[in-house]
Amino acid sequence: MTKYLKGFARYRFLLRELVKKGIKLKYRRSYLGIIWTLLEPLLTMMVLTLVFSTFYGRDDRSFPVYVLTGRLLYSFFSQGTKSAMKSIRGHAGMIKKVYVPKYIYPLSCVIYNFIIFLLSLIVLVAVSLFLGVYPNLWTLTAIIPLFTLFFLTLGVGMVLSTLAVFFRDLEYLWDVGLMLIMYTCAIFYNAERLVKTGTAWVFKINPLYACIKTFRDAVYGDSMFVEPYWVYMPLIVAGATCVIGFLFFKKFQDRFILHI
Amino acid sequence: MAQNALEIKDVSMKFNLSKEKVDSLKEYVIKFLKRELKYNEFWALQNVSFNVKKGDRVGVLGLNGAGKSTLLKVIAGVFKPTMGEVVRHGKIVPLLELGAGFDSQYTGRENIYLYGSVLGYSKEFVKERFDEIVEFAELEEFIDVPIKNYSSGMKSRLGFSIATLIEPDILILDEVLSVGDAKFKKKSEKKIMGMFDSGVTVLFVSHSIAQVKRLCNKAIILDHGKLIAQGDIEDVAPIYIKMTE
Repeated sequence: MTKYLKGFARYRFLLRELVKKGIKLKYRRSYLGIIWTLLEPLLTMMVLTLVFSTFYGRDDRSFPVYVLTGRLLYSFFSQGTKSAMKSIRGHAGMIKKVYVPKYIYPLSCVIYNFIIFLLSLIVLVAVSLFLGVYPNLWTLTAIIPLFTLFFLTLGVGMVLSTLAVFFRDLEYLWDVGLMLIMYTCAIFYNAERLVKTGTAWVFKINPLYACIKTFRDAVYGDSMFVEPYWVYMPLIVAGATCVIGFLFFKKFQDRFILHI
Repeated sequence: MAQNALEIKDVSMKFNLSKEKVDSLKEYVIKFLKRELKYNEFWALQNVSFNVKKGDRVGVLGLNGAGKSTLLKVIAGVFKPTMGEVVRHGKIVPLLELGAGFDSQYTGRENIYLYGSVLGYSKEFVKERFDEIVEFAELEEFIDVPIKNYSSGMKSRLGFSIATLIEPDILILDEVLSVGDAKFKKKSEKKIMGMFDSGVTVLFVSHSIAQVKRLCNKAIILDHGKLIAQGDIEDVAPIYIKMTE
């Protein structure tokens, strides 16, 4: 264990450089640059609001906040896992040449996506205040689902990055998987309504939905601990995925070089 | 008695050469069910052991396919040996495929920091040497241009400058004494000779026995993955010359 911590300390500069690189390169060569971090969720929110409130005849003033919370968290999960999955192949040039602890690549991908995600929360703050959803003390608990979501994404990303080295198909399969996850996350519909139709289990087993739900509670200034299940379930799942992800990665990492 | 810089202990490296490359899930499942997942085992290195003392300059000799590059990659830590272990004392910088770790969208400046951190150096450390690196690579005008617009000569000059100016303890050279044009070649050779004099430990792969004789004081010979000779260059060189005849 101390050996790992030592290695980590030695390569923290590399981690920082890789995180910086991810953020810098994401919007390089686009005219608006990092502003896209804010603009993109805002535009998606408008589209989703337009579609689901106009066509579905819902007139809830704070609906954009509802859509935006779900959309932001989901898009971090999706971007984070996707870029972690591709990270090993993406850094093949380096891996073939110099020794570096390989977990640094997926880890840096998840971290840089997380930073971009945190920046994009500015939009949420603005939209919430604009639409009259004001923060209170409960809003501070938003940090719990964010923390959970980070480790959930990291764990899933580690598993995917390992598998993707051996099976390239996964990159396409995961897109389909993500679509399935998106539709079961209640991003633009009300989960409570569906629960009445007997599909509650879909949400109960979805840790990402649980993160979104508790995060929404916090944003709306409600307590997320009314049903503590939604707080603890994703936390446990995230912890477990992280442990599994790292062990899985560790077991196969020495064989990466033969497949990239 | 000088200290060991590298201890290579009974290292073996096995590759599974599958007859066809299986890299899709469908193929894998089909092959697995049909029990067609067969591999040809291939030992690129077998029970190789030797020590390198601090300040030694070791020439690694051998015919094509003898396992030289595999050995260097095992020493650099890129390959994990199937058996045995490598103990390293000091910082290793491999000069293999110069510039392969660069990011093409990044500028020269950014790549210097990135590459420095890949080699395990801190930002401050690289910063101190930054000007020297740029000057040595003769890239002052192009340092803020993305690497993808560099010529291959510019790239390898930059790679060479970064790798050598940060003073590694152990240097791995895989026939790279031919960087850039004639002028830079001379300069880089001078730089390497300078490092040799300063007591850096070197592993040097070459097919040119003359070059190895000129640069190295020790040598090892690999043949089909086995270490067949090691010792002072004067003793080992005749064996190699005999092999190649």
